[in-house]
Amino acid sequence: MAQENQGLTFPFADTTTDEPIVDIAPVRKILDICRAMSLWPMTFGLACCAIEMMGFGMARFDSARFGAEVFRPSPRQSDLMIVAGTISRKMAPLVVRLYEQMPGPKWVIAMGNCAISGGPFVYKDQYGIVEGVDTIIPVDVYVPGCPPRPEGLLEGLFHVQKKITGKRWWPLPQTAEAN
Amino acid sequence: MIEAIPIQLVIMLVGLAATMAFVGLNAIVLVYLERKVAGFIHRRPGPYEVGPHGILQPFADGLKLVGKQIFTPKGADSFLYWLAPMISMAPAVVCFLVIPFGPHLQIINTNVGLVLILAFTGVNVLALCIAGWTSQNKYSLLGAARGVSQSVAYEIPLLLSVLPIIFLTGTFNLFDIATNQGSWPWQWFVVTQPLAFIIFFICALAETNRAPFDLPEAESELTAGFHTEYSGMGFALFFLSEYAYMVIAACVGAILFLGGFKGPIVDGWWWFLAKVYILLLIMIWIRWTFPRVRFDQLLNICWKWLIPLAILNLLITLLVIAL
Ligand code: SF4
Repeated sequence: MAQENQGLTFPFADTTTDEPIVDIAPVRKILDICRAMSLWPMTFGLACCAIEMMGFGMARFDSARFGAEVFRPSPRQSDLMIVAGTISRKMAPLVVRLYEQMPGPKWVIAMGNCAISGGPFVYKDQYGIVEGVDTIIPVDVYVPGCPPRPEGLLEGLFHVQKKITGKRWWPLPQTAEAN
Repeated sequence: MIEAIPIQLVIMLVGLAATMAFVGLNAIVLVYLERKVAGFIHRRPGPYEVGPHGILQPFADGLKLVGKQIFTPKGADSFLYWLAPMISMAPAVVCFLVIPFGPHLQIINTNVGLVLILAFTGVNVLALCIAGWTSQNKYSLLGAARGVSQSVAYEIPLLLSVLPIIFLTGTFNLFDIATNQGSWPWQWFVVTQPLAFIIFFICALAETNRAPFDLPEAESELTAGFHTEYSGMGFALFFLSEYAYMVIAACVGAILFLGGFKGPIVDGWWWFLAKVYILLLIMIWIRWTFPRVRFDQLLNICWKWLIPLAILNLLITLLVIAL
């Protein structure tokens, strides 16, 4: 059978959101800080990376310290989509739909090599895996690793906060400061 | 000629404004307490970095929810859809009008106070029903169906557990019920009516949809239940009203069974607030300790245990009063 015309590509997600009703610089600034400090992720895991995402919310790493522990099951109430794992072609339309269901403003973290580029599943003629979540939805922060440690995901969260407010809020770890 | 504005109306309006402020303040404190206590129970710090010890966290959450995109699902009746969170919130504010916070701190002293509270809290079921029906979402509808059957079932043991107190005091007036009890803990109705207190507390948990009875919003099977489709302010209002109903349940529990504003040494609103917050902390503690019950278990607890026990308790109380 011909390998072409099997409809294996997906259209890019619809990224339109409503314009803010009030758009004055000081209001926007305060709201942005609030948004950065209460990023509620969606309860949503695709593969092994999701286990590390659970570690990110649990006692040792505790994303609650930065206000990001409220994992909302409904996309309507969440602000942050952590794409944790391998996106199979069967799952890709659902990822797109979940992204489109989130009300703006919304952010996306691609967690792990699978979500970034397909990771260990990329080889010639593979047919089951989407090679990188950024081919179907816009991504704000990439957290590499297979899987990334929860510290890595926390760092990703800080980068989202930095992207929202233009400022890094928390001190760098000592090893990073030394370099 | 304009008649003088009746003083009752002025008191009522000032009281409504004050209770709204009280509801808002309580919600902020409770959001923080809930997340902090959850953290401590899991042996983690909870919100910590946003403000000292995370005290600015509820403000950040609130403002963020205000700034979220407002969304009405396709095919939903947008008028009813947005009416539902308001129907859920408005009766909660009214209920605080009749609650005696202290010996001189009560907005309306009416002799149907308890009936009024029980009636107005029942309106919340209607809000769940409308929210679930107009959301055009199967999860919302299932959540609403569960919410309605749960609330209707638990209303019965709740009323039956309140009745012995009414027979003992002979009044529906919350102020009189509080003053019928003494200042010291052994003079409170919780000592003479321990079973009624336990039944009341369990029913209050179920009526306010708190875990372990939070089946209308069970995350594992219903996404978020009846408020699945609500974003931003709609969700925030449902959240606010949930906390307001929790506070009402704790207030009624404190008045009926724990002596209200009566306390050792000096009576006053401080005792009332302390009792209310102890009950609220127990509710939060229960939420983070017990897993969610199944729906048949939930109804079995109600029909097979709580209602027979409550009727038994009522009969024994009547017998003791008659003798
Ligand atoms: S990046 Fe590694 S750990 Fe993460 S989903 Fe892919 S294979 Fe699993």
